[in-house]
Amino acid sequence: MENSFITDKLRRKFGEDILDVDDNKDILTITVASPVSYEVIEFLKENPGLGFRFLTDLTGIHYPDRGLSFGVIYHLHNLYENKRLRIKTFMSADNPAIRTISDIFSSANWMERETYDFYGIIFEGHPNLKRILNVEYLDYFPMRKEYPLEDPTREDKDNRYFGR
Amino acid sequence: METTKPIYTKADPPEGFSAPGVFATTFDKVIGLARSNSIWPLPFATSCCGIEFMATMGAHYDLGRFGAERLSFSPRQADLLMVMGTIAKKMSPVVQQVYEQMAEPRWVIAVGACASSGGIFDTYSVLQGIDRIVPVDVYVPGCPPRPEQIIDGFMRIQDLVASEPLRRRYSDEYRELLIKYGILKEK
Repeated sequence: MENSFITDKLRRKFGEDILDVDDNKDILTITVASPVSYEVIEFLKENPGLGFRFLTDLTGIHYPDRGLSFGVIYHLHNLYENKRLRIKTFMSADNPAIRTISDIFSSANWMERETYDFYGIIFEGHPNLKRILNVEYLDYFPMRKEYPLEDPTREDKDNRYFGR
Repeated sequence: METTKPIYTKADPPEGFSAPGVFATTFDKVIGLARSNSIWPLPFATSCCGIEFMATMGAHYDLGRFGAERLSFSPRQADLLMVMGTIAKKMSPVVQQVYEQMAEPRWVIAVGACASSGGIFDTYSVLQGIDRIVPVDVYVPGCPPRPEQIIDGFMRIQDLVASEPLRRRYSDEYRELLIKYGILKEK
């Protein structure tokens, strides 16, 4: 399956909502507008010519310097053609919310919970959006680039011994 | 032909008064002597320190020599909680519950850097030392400690057990300690 075949099909269907296509290195990466990300993934799965019927991975990312600072990244796999595809979509920090794909891929359920747990991205329509790996009483989203990685409850660290 | 003599090991007698056929000492010391040479450890092994503990229990290092042959995999019959490895914050209620289920008198040994202080895992998900949730008697440094170090820590526990007064667990200080950790409720 050629990259151009996939991008042509997507461009014909979604037009301006396909924001960027990058096939310079490793796997084909397509950035889409967040309101249509659900439809794009559904189309990629259900369209007979495309058949990306396996969700390899779903994760989040945080670029604090960008306007649309929160991203969700989907890795899809066509098992018949052994073709992989990466879908990126970005949201603003004011409202990091996106429609859940857990009704398209059941495996997205826990991966979306994990992404919520670490980045605070809200997956609208998710059946059970609560923390999955961290303790329930954690009051922040630790992978956002606005918190120190070190444990904030530790008192015994003297800055002099750490060169700062 | 040389015959191999059997090796008998015995604990030193405690302080006391001896005369022919008579030995007098305090109850504390006799019970301490018996307890310190028959500790039942409960291994709570989560990572590489647990691997070192397996070597410690094995034939070469043989923790059984110290009267700790019988590991207790139920907290209710254990005397010594040995926490070996990284304790994630999500696991801390489990450690505390295991401690609560142990009968008095009970001791705790934190084996390795992670159990003692969080070690290299100074991060949001890892408990920064088990002494934040249960009182610890002996800390063994190392990442991971060698079996000799674990045995040394165990022998320090034996010293504590042998010298502990019988009244200690009923004292107000001990009660306050447990209240501080939230293990006992304040009246």
